[in-house]
Amino acid sequence: MIEIHHLTKIYSDGQRELRALDDVSLQIKPGEIFGIIGLSGAGKSTLVRCINMLERPQAGQVLVNGVEMTALSKGDLRTARQKIGMIFQHFNLLSSRTVFRNVAFPLEITGVPKAEIKERVDELLRLVGLEDKADSYPAQLSGGQKQRVGIARALANRPEVLLCDEATSALDPETTTAVLELLQDINRKMGLTILLITHEMPVIQQICDRVAVIEDGRIVECGPVLEVFTRPKTEPARRLVRGVIDIEIPSELLEQHANGDGSLLKISFIGASAGRPIMGDLMQRFPVMVNILFGRIDHVKDTPFGTLVVQLSGEAQAIAEATQFLAGQDLHLEVLRDV
Amino acid sequence: MFNPMVWRLIWQAAGETLYMVGVAVVLAEVVGLPLGIILVTTERGHILENPLVNRVLATIINIGRSIPFIILMVAIIPFTRALVGTSIGTTAAMVPLTVAAIPFVARLVETALKEVDGGVVEAALALGASPFQIIWKVLIPEALPSLVSGVTITAVNLIGYSAMAGAVGGGGLGDLAVRYGYQRFRTDIMLATVIILIVLVQAMQSLGDWASRSLSKK
Repeated sequence: MIEIHHLTKIYSDGQRELRALDDVSLQIKPGEIFGIIGLSGAGKSTLVRCINMLERPQAGQVLVNGVEMTALSKGDLRTARQKIGMIFQHFNLLSSRTVFRNVAFPLEITGVPKAEIKERVDELLRLVGLEDKADSYPAQLSGGQKQRVGIARALANRPEVLLCDEATSALDPETTTAVLELLQDINRKMGLTILLITHEMPVIQQICDRVAVIEDGRIVECGPVLEVFTRPKTEPARRLVRGVIDIEIPSELLEQHANGDGSLLKISFIGASAGRPIMGDLMQRFPVMVNILFGRIDHVKDTPFGTLVVQLSGEAQAIAEATQFLAGQDLHLEVLRDV
Repeated sequence: MFNPMVWRLIWQAAGETLYMVGVAVVLAEVVGLPLGIILVTTERGHILENPLVNRVLATIINIGRSIPFIILMVAIIPFTRALVGTSIGTTAAMVPLTVAAIPFVARLVETALKEVDGGVVEAALALGASPFQIIWKVLIPEALPSLVSGVTITAVNLIGYSAMAGAVGGGGLGDLAVRYGYQRFRTDIMLATVIILIVLVQAMQSLGDWASRSLSKK
């Protein structure tokens, strides 16, 4: 749905050059919710703006639904933009227009007849749950309500893609969850492709299918959210994951067991394997003792995944065999300390 | 206090002032508003970016604003005569008033439009709006309260300028105050005209403030 090839964007103030995007390539599939995460200044805002050409890249290509955005004339670009919805951190609503007329704005732009505008706007306001606020002005709304208006406006011309630029960063956690649920709902109902950028890992965790981690204008890691969460390959990804799922074992716990016998294992269960009684199985098969030091269950989108830190004690031979058994299971195993 | 003759003079002068200022404000807005819009939209990074047009226009406007009104008035007498057939009288005075107000209006419009949140313009661009649609549906409506305040400032300023227009026989309250009050030592007439001017300015300011407030939805 969205293809980004070798995108490079350089800001220059005459003396210094800033590579905001450095050879970025990404493929976003139809119907998926794709997240781009990075710290502020990592280039994610520039990246999302290069998709609808609010920013012009110096090199590279952007294709949205097969249309090469970089090669469009001004007029064709406007037509293409009408099919790409966008919502913003600060909502960017027209303060002089009511909620109804804000949502009607994109329809006026495309020249939709008045009667049809009324019908479409009413439908959109129902979708975002603001039918009773049609005549309010943005200044009278809460942040969450403003973003709902932003979403209704972005969907007015039935876009194929929705770009979300830090759409929940100005909202409190509760409102964030509600807005993300609305986005997920729209994604399911309409099959809308959503690309969102954020610096908040919980946002990625809650609704994204895949995620790309951006740092200093480069994509350093990209994959299914579950994989990046459970097995981050790069340091920036590990840092971001650690912020939300702190699988770091308390150090005093490790010290306490440093002189104990047996080995220390960290086991991550994902999806189906989280439901099976692997530990019970292990104890029945091998003459080892399992001491659970730490455990938690998290959710990534709709998939649960668990983390356990266990101490195996017993004969060295038995421990080795038990470890081998675990490694053969559908789970991720990390040996923190060997026998 | 005054005989009816004097009252007639005063009312006639008040009418002339309102006429001069009213027409000049309307004409100055008609020309100044588009200039202000061009000034903002041709800026770097804006919807109609054009550094050359921007710089040339800004220079012309600054030149216009630097010339003292009294000199401008005299300097453009040939232009005034060509335009309205005479260089004396209330109608003739409207020409320099308008010319002086245009660059002033353009700058006020520029300031008002610059207050519009850049994010709103960006959102309109992202929705596929054309530059004309952005000007017409975003910039002007969003800046309307400030634009109305600008009209008020212009009108009040022009009342002040119109007094100087007396120098070319422009008529109006200022002219009356100078000719009868000052030159003929009729302090009472001078005082009366000044009071009427104060009331006029006060009323215009209040009306403008009220209009601006009721238009603002922020």
